[in-house]
Amino acid sequence: MQTGTMSTRPAPAVRVRPGQAVEIAERVHWIGVLDPDLRSFDIVLSTANGTTYNSYVVRGDKGVAVIDTVKEAFAPEFFQRLESVCSYDEITTIVINHLEPDHSGALPELMKRAPQAHVYLSSRAPMMFKALLKSTDVTPSAFTLVKTGSRLDLGGRTLAFYQTPFLHWPDTQCTYVPELGLLFSGDVFGCHFCDDRLFNDKVGDFGFSFEYYYAHIMRPFRQHVLAGLEQLEPLDLQLIAPAHGPVLRQNPRRYVQRYRELATARLNDQAVGEKTLLIFYISAYGATRRMAEAIATGAEEEEGVRVSLYDLEVGDVSPFIDLIETADGIAVGSPTINGDATKPVWDLLSSLHTIHVRGKLGAAFGSFGWSGEAVAMMEDRLKGLRLHVPFEGLRLKLVPTEEELAQCQELGRKLARHLVTPPGELFAEAT
Amino acid sequence: MPKAKVTFEDIGVTITVPAGTRLIEVSERVGAAITYGCREGECGTCLTQVISGGEHLAEPSVLEDQVLKDMFAPRGHRLACQAQVLDGDVVVKPA
Ligand SMILES: Cc1cc2nc3c(=O)[nH]c(=O)nc-3n(C[C@H](O)[C@H](O)[C@H](O)COP(=O)(O)O)c2cc1C
Ligand SMILES: [Fe+2]
Ligand SMILES: [Fe+2]
Repeated sequence: MQTGTMSTRPAPAVRVRPGQAVEIAERVHWIGVLDPDLRSFDIVLSTANGTTYNSYVVRGDKGVAVIDTVKEAFAPEFFQRLESVCSYDEITTIVINHLEPDHSGALPELMKRAPQAHVYLSSRAPMMFKALLKSTDVTPSAFTLVKTGSRLDLGGRTLAFYQTPFLHWPDTQCTYVPELGLLFSGDVFGCHFCDDRLFNDKVGDFGFSFEYYYAHIMRPFRQHVLAGLEQLEPLDLQLIAPAHGPVLRQNPRRYVQRYRELATARLNDQAVGEKTLLIFYISAYGATRRMAEAIATGAEEEEGVRVSLYDLEVGDVSPFIDLIETADGIAVGSPTINGDATKPVWDLLSSLHTIHVRGKLGAAFGSFGWSGEAVAMMEDRLKGLRLHVPFEGLRLKLVPTEEELAQCQELGRKLARHLVTPPGELFAEAT
Repeated sequence: MPKAKVTFEDIGVTITVPAGTRLIEVSERVGAAITYGCREGECGTCLTQVISGGEHLAEPSVLEDQVLKDMFAPRGHRLACQAQVLDGDVVVKPA
């Protein structure tokens, strides 16, 4: 009925059955739930065929551990599945790799049913753990904070913890079973894909879902992904058991490699050793456009800065998001229309949460007729995203004069100079 | 104005800053990997390990102390959004 094989022989297909756990390795079972009807997740994600909330049980000679739980609405199904492989009084250990409600929803109830179980969570998690339990009648009697290097011996099955903060919450961690080369990776290497054949070598093609999940959940934390991979890549990985989507038993390392590829800056080799400044504008009559061009001309005077100019009128901003991810600075220009900046600019500035922009250099500019609100509004947005905006935005009335264009060039020069100034001097200069 | 030197060990950058600067302000400017959430000293995500020169940081406030306690932070750890650099040399890295 079940299989836990990791050999190259084709494994027999299993299907998830109601009330039945699925063995994924020796003395390790999947006790998650399928949610085939889900179409939208966390507001920011969509999925064509639902998702799964994966939870697992690891049985050792000295103890039984439950790794993660499921969304609250699915708790009854989860408990049924759990009961098919262990009784509540056997559970010694509950590991929470991630406190988001899709994995911790059934946790309070599990803690009630297995009050003797000891909870293990990341040392970054206690504040959130408290916030999660504050609306329930459960108070944790015993919990231990773990970090990379912490280990727990269940008897023949060891749990080794790897703290991977911001993949994708502060509290996220992975739990590894060295005896099996098995990684419980939480949301990492997961995806929203629901298929009752469960294993990556049996389910339908989920490549798109895997990439989509990375792009929407992990990408904003690129640096943290790289730091996490440094810890996970050296592990012997026979099996990856994420918290959503297929269990990765065939060529699990491929998914780790893919994360490495996705997190490695693209196209950076075009401007090796140079700083990059991107100038975006939109312009109805050409005034803001001329400002943009003048800023570019000024910036290009600085050695070692690669300047690019883009008209946002083309519509789709997604290619620009990729560019901004690897750029060092951006300047954004819009005329004021009815007291606001224009929609293409807001489309751009409201898409930046999918990448890491904190600390990049930012600036705003634009032409206006009489009130000129756009520049300050764009500037506030850049600051709100924690870009560094050291130079006041440039607002010019209607058609720029030669003298005003010279101011634009000067702004361009200042931006470029800022980019090539070493951080140490920069701080002194700005304070 | 008194100045202090802060070194971010993870990226190997040393910076001179005016007294009273909070660690987080410097770290975000130079791109050190210290992350932060609320900046109000409540969420604890900017936990930072002080490798040396802890005595050159202003004493933690009651609030910061409480959060460090709630997080079971080991000794020599501070919240980057709270800790102000006073003088001398301080070496830090993300916790
Ligand atoms: C993808 C994702 C990203 C999040 N990012 C943040 C964040 O940056 N800062 C924060 O304070 N909370 C963040 N949260 C936590 C949510 O704000 C929190 O779970 C909240 O309670 C959800 O409220 P709701 O029930 O109204 O959806 C994030 C949650 C998700 C799902
Ligand atoms: Fe999550
Ligand atoms: Fe999740």
